[in-house]
Amino acid sequence: MTDTHLFRPPIGEDVRSPRAPRLLAGRGKFTDDVPAPRIAHVAYLRSPYAHARIIAIDRNAAIFAPGVLLVASGAEIREDCASWRGTHDLFPALVAAEQPPLAIDRVCWHGEPVVAVVAETRAEAEDAVELIEVRWEELPPVADAETALTGPAIHPKLGGNIGFETTVEAGDTSTAFAAAHLVVEENFRFGRHTGVSLEPRTILADYNSAEDSLLVHQSHQTPHQQQDLFSRLLGIPEHKVRVVCPDVGGAFGLKHHLHGDEITACVLSRKLGRPVKFVADRLESFLSDIHCRDHEITARMALNDEGQITAIEVDDLFLVGPYSQYPRSSIAEGNQIARLCGAPYRHTNYRAHLRMLYQNKNLIGHIRSVGHPLAAAVTEGLLDKAAVGLDIDPVELRRRNYLRDENFPLTSPGGIEFEHLSFNACLDRVLEMMDRPTLLAEQNRLRKKGVYRGIGLNTFVELTAIGPEYYGGGGQHISAQEGCFVRIEPSGMIRCMTGVTDQGQGIDAGIQQIVASVLGVPIDDVRVESGDSALSPYGGGSWGSRGAVLGGEAALRAARTLRRNILNLAAALLQCDASALDIRDRNIVDAASSQIRITLAELANTGHFKPFAFPKDIQPALAVVEHYASRDRLFVAGNGIQASYLEVDPETGFVKLLSHWAVHDAGRLLNPLLVKEQVRGGVVQGLGGVLFEECIYSPEGQLQNGTFADYLVPMAAEMPDIEVDHIQTPTATSELGTKGAGEAGTAGAMGAVLNAINDALSPFDTRISKTPCTPDRILRALGKI
Amino acid sequence: MTDALEITLTVNGMPVTRRVPMRLNLVDFLRHELDLTGSHVGCEHGACGACSVVVNGGVVRGCLMFAVQADGTIVETIEGASESGRLKPLQDAFHNHAALQCGFCTPGMLLTASALLAQNPSPDREAIREAISGNLCRCTGYQAIVDAIETAAALEQNDD
Repeated sequence: MTDTHLFRPPIGEDVRSPRAPRLLAGRGKFTDDVPAPRIAHVAYLRSPYAHARIIAIDRNAAIFAPGVLLVASGAEIREDCASWRGTHDLFPALVAAEQPPLAIDRVCWHGEPVVAVVAETRAEAEDAVELIEVRWEELPPVADAETALTGPAIHPKLGGNIGFETTVEAGDTSTAFAAAHLVVEENFRFGRHTGVSLEPRTILADYNSAEDSLLVHQSHQTPHQQQDLFSRLLGIPEHKVRVVCPDVGGAFGLKHHLHGDEITACVLSRKLGRPVKFVADRLESFLSDIHCRDHEITARMALNDEGQITAIEVDDLFLVGPYSQYPRSSIAEGNQIARLCGAPYRHTNYRAHLRMLYQNKNLIGHIRSVGHPLAAAVTEGLLDKAAVGLDIDPVELRRRNYLRDENFPLTSPGGIEFEHLSFNACLDRVLEMMDRPTLLAEQNRLRKKGVYRGIGLNTFVELTAIGPEYYGGGGQHISAQEGCFVRIEPSGMIRCMTGVTDQGQGIDAGIQQIVASVLGVPIDDVRVESGDSALSPYGGGSWGSRGAVLGGEAALRAARTLRRNILNLAAALLQCDASALDIRDRNIVDAASSQIRITLAELANTGHFKPFAFPKDIQPALAVVEHYASRDRLFVAGNGIQASYLEVDPETGFVKLLSHWAVHDAGRLLNPLLVKEQVRGGVVQGLGGVLFEECIYSPEGQLQNGTFADYLVPMAAEMPDIEVDHIQTPTATSELGTKGAGEAGTAGAMGAVLNAINDALSPFDTRISKTPCTPDRILRALGKI
Repeated sequence: MTDALEITLTVNGMPVTRRVPMRLNLVDFLRHELDLTGSHVGCEHGACGACSVVVNGGVVRGCLMFAVQADGTIVETIEGASESGRLKPLQDAFHNHAALQCGFCTPGMLLTASALLAQNPSPDREAIREAISGNLCRCTGYQAIVDAIETAAALEQNDD
């Protein structure tokens, strides 16, 4: 097939999400909307302490409370569900403690689930939870880096709280720093935050003892991963576990982990013989949804007198929870930072030291843009500081150091393969969009009036669409291959099932576009279904900016196979050569003359109902499944740049966002509109992380903010309009040439704002390097409080 | 102490009588008693707006009102508002602007936007942002929603 067929419309068009009409009508179906006869509800007693021994649990009053069906502690379900350990074979030095679904004998973080109460209603379950009396013996908590390094081990068997330590090294940094014209250094503190999906984590588990089967509806990104986990940990044959992820109300990575309170719902359903539902309330979400970030990073950069970066050193203390997250492990964020600092630049001397430290706080895992925002903020923060030190314009300093077209492909000092990144093209475009000279003039003019505005640029690199070598090679049962099923119905309509899932990204539309393009039918003739581990071809779901890259490629292959089958059948009927035929607008046509030979519907109808029309050696195959896995690459690297223009009020410490620009290279764009909206949404999550969002723990390891009144998320009034554009450098690792897009906005927003704030603060000769940049922290930086 | 009361109200044009626990909030009543699952529960403390429904003509948080407080009222949910056709211009504009992703906030956004346009038929962007500032959307970053409401307002103005 020629490229004309591969990339003809509707590929490249602004197709809207096929889920949108039902969601707009209030007719979506989220997990909590799924009915189940005899449903029961679980509520959890959670640990009020960061670290404590469970001496005794008295639940007599709870057992006899109205509506209560079952009360179960961690010890009581020990035999019903295996525990797990978040290790990763690619990081053999990573040590991790075994984690049970509910705490046994000891709690290790504030919010850890301890006792499950199942009742006829959630309210009755919560009432009964209140009646449970636990005798605790408080243990000293590990709630900061220093205690983690010097205090007692949370898990004595691990021999300390360092879960993983590594040094990534290239060249000779010591010599380079000794010879440097300028060295800039910064201590960064990136606060802990979380994903905050608007739909909380929700699971409905329905175990059927008659056939030892488990049907789970779950608000989740990865149905096949859950099928595997439930099968292995609960001891149910895998083909009898079915996980359905219906409409999912936002996920952002937090819904591709295993949470103990979720798998416990499955255990309880099996014990009770009834469907059991768990919905995290908002406080539980803040306490127990996976968290992210929490890094103390000291970094320095050496430059010569021409402004060339000669060396970078990074030291990252990565503060995770008491356990390494399962099944992926918690290592990725630290590892990506250690490998991606300095990534956009030509430099050869690099040293990154990473220590992943266990502490008594909620677990850290993978939330939208893992490590990338921090690596970019560190690099670009140092670069801007160097620009001041060298008195070189920050744009010029970037240009002098960017990797250029002729440098690719290369393996970075951090050990990552870069196929081709478009730093200069992205910078050129963003400068055009933002009209920097005008902004600079305005900034100068206003400074004289006591108005402090800042301009910040942030170049970023992101690693998308993880290949099978990373998790498969790491021993995890996480699929990096994707499958797609495509069938032509007798009417000529197309039904498609994909292994990737859609939590709002719009990947269903992307799959629809690819299939419609290849099969020559209007977009609405293609219906895409996903999110069912029993029915969808096996795949990894959607996370890590992989949907279009991997799911798209599988769809391309499946559609092409079906197209070939259809054309071969048509050729047999028409007694011509299949290569002379094409499918256009629901018709099989003579490719050269466009003359209609037979309609697609007639051909499909004949194939399904009148197969005798074909020669005896032809069996019509009008449904196909194809798969795709990349080979010999860990990631598809993408890149982009963002710019922020904002105003800092030095009296109040408030930051007002004025404008934001993002230029991103996602390779070939399947759907510019939806990619743009992915970037925008991602930017706003990044803005939340840099300005507002923080899971605040007390020195005792108690979460201090568990509501939207004190954990602030971006709302419409504070957000600026965000201008987005694309550069397209297709990857050659696939035919479609797409790169991931879902995390790009988040990857770049944080550093852009941080740099803009520091630019605004420059007249005061102070800097801020702690996120979120709250008014309080800005006033402290200004010495006002 | 009685812990349940009988209430009668009109929901999406239909009379409804149910005996409900005193502590049941309105959105749970609508979702679980009446199976009107288009209103969503996001925070249960009145901060996110996912549970927005219309009571006696005004948009309220379904999680901050008890079902018993809705006795005698006229309630409209996204299902009723959608089926009546009154949201069509907004729904079309949201669709065209891709002003929704996961769709969980969307029913509340639409009802809030509709209330804004009823009060102010040609709001500027700032007024739109202000009006929806009590509705959390975690996916879109709001701009497409603002665009959509602006478009719907312009269309309705042209129709008048």
